Amino acid sequence: MATGTTPTTPASEDRGVRSPGRAAIAAPHLRTDRWWVPPLVTAVGLGIFVVYATWRAFANSHYYAAPYISPFYSPCLASNCVDMKGGADWALFGSWWGLSPALLVLIFPLGFRLTCYYYRKAYYRGIWSSPPACAVAEPHAKYSGETRFPLILQNSHRYFFYLAVIVAGILTYDAVLGFRDAHGNWGHMGLGTLVLLANVALIWAYTVSCHSCRHVIGGKLRHFSKHPVRYRLWGWVGTLTARHMLLAWSSLISVGIADLYVYLVSSGAFDDPRFF
Amino acid sequence: MSSYQAHFKVWRGDAEGGGLQDFQVEVNDGEVVLDIIHRLQATQASDLAVRWNCKAGKCGSCSAEVNGRPRLMCMTRMSVFSREETVTVTPMRTFPVIRDLVTDVSFNYTKAREVPSFVPPKGVPAGEYRMAQQDVERSQEFRKCIECFLCQDTCHVVRDHEENKPAFAGPRFLMRIAELDMHPLDAADETGVNRASSAQDDHGLGYCNITKCCTEVCPEGIHITDNALIPLKERAVDRKYDPLVWLGSKIRRRGQ
Repeated sequence: MATGTTPTTPASEDRGVRSPGRAAIAAPHLRTDRWWVPPLVTAVGLGIFVVYATWRAFANSHYYAAPYISPFYSPCLASNCVDMKGGADWALFGSWWGLSPALLVLIFPLGFRLTCYYYRKAYYRGIWSSPPACAVAEPHAKYSGETRFPLILQNSHRYFFYLAVIVAGILTYDAVLGFRDAHGNWGHMGLGTLVLLANVALIWAYTVSCHSCRHVIGGKLRHFSKHPVRYRLWGWVGTLTARHMLLAWSSLISVGIADLYVYLVSSGAFDDPRFF
Repeated sequence: MSSYQAHFKVWRGDAEGGGLQDFQVEVNDGEVVLDIIHRLQATQASDLAVRWNCKAGKCGSCSAEVNGRPRLMCMTRMSVFSREETVTVTPMRTFPVIRDLVTDVSFNYTKAREVPSFVPPKGVPAGEYRMAQQDVERSQEFRKCIECFLCQDTCHVVRDHEENKPAFAGPRFLMRIAELDMHPLDAADETGVNRASSAQDDHGLGYCNITKCCTEVCPEGIHITDNALIPLKERAVDRKYDPLVWLGSKIRRRGQ
């Protein structure tokens, strides 16, 4: 042993960074920066959205303020929706469904975001502490990652991506309906139209920047030289993918704001300013 | 040129035990942590063990943990610390320690040997390989790796769980598999080796929960997670979890 040190023998029952044979350091980590800020911010941000979205999803009210449709309630797949003029209204579930129609729809974007490669990092770090930050010991005694049920289901991300494309298409249709007035006449634009347009633009940017999209577009190819169009598309998607975290948060906030806007207008708390 | 006395804590010991030792040491403008470790060797601790070579961030030898963060000592400037700050230097905490700041990184060599090497294409003699630039540029990013093993050190799958070491290759070698799977001329498939499936089945790709610490610590700035691990996971999904591919393989097997 080196001279001039205070010997501390590693305990055999220790694990992780205190495993036998590794440098005998009792502290689980030696980071001196504020490493706990990002996971805390992530957990608080996700928590706020989950609370808000749960309230709104179960509320079953104030989701339509003609011509604006809340993104939480579109498409409507139950017959208990209010009449949304020209909206994506397909009563596939019939009258037996008595709960909020949002519950039938939100499962798709929820699944897309839950299995998203960025959100996985966010909640593994921020909520599950696996790990809380780089080189900071995690509190769990065992770890099997995504090798077993249920986390092996994370491999279904690409199928949620396909569904998310459909949902984004429907939300685009809803945003276009914002150019009609409350009576269904075209040639209208209000602040709500802008809110829905901004939201759908961010939703599309987030959806297209998905890593599964990047793979399907071109990442799976071995010879880019034989597929010049897909190679070009892969490059463009890759540019967006590098900003996936930014787009994930932007679109999460925008979808909440879009819903809140419709709620405020629908409940009479706010009058939609009309531009023309 | 200005200089000051910095407070350093350096881990000293071996596999039997050890601890952090305090030093007051001179620091001059423009110096990096490795310079200070060398000054300690020259003036106060002549038997301090440290592995180093190029002092230019290209050999990957001087990997350690500085204030708890996996870093190359030669690429960590002293100017990033305030003069009052204590700088703590320890060996990498994922690998067995040999002495002081030197660790036994043979785990990585074992994992490297487990990855099947490039399989040359049949009928193309060596020296006649022709590849388009756009076909190889993805793999070229991964060739920047200097094998400092900081990504292996920071990966919580093995850092926090010694028992996962036999099953998990670590980000550096999963990236190697991705590199070969993206290689335009690799003929492993023709020999019955599917690299994407094998990454999942034999090299522990499923253990990776893409928390991106490998990318954060890479001194070469390689986008390990976005460009290697996630594409490899998607390729594994193609092979193992795509119901259409699964159905197709069942039908083909029935026809045989």
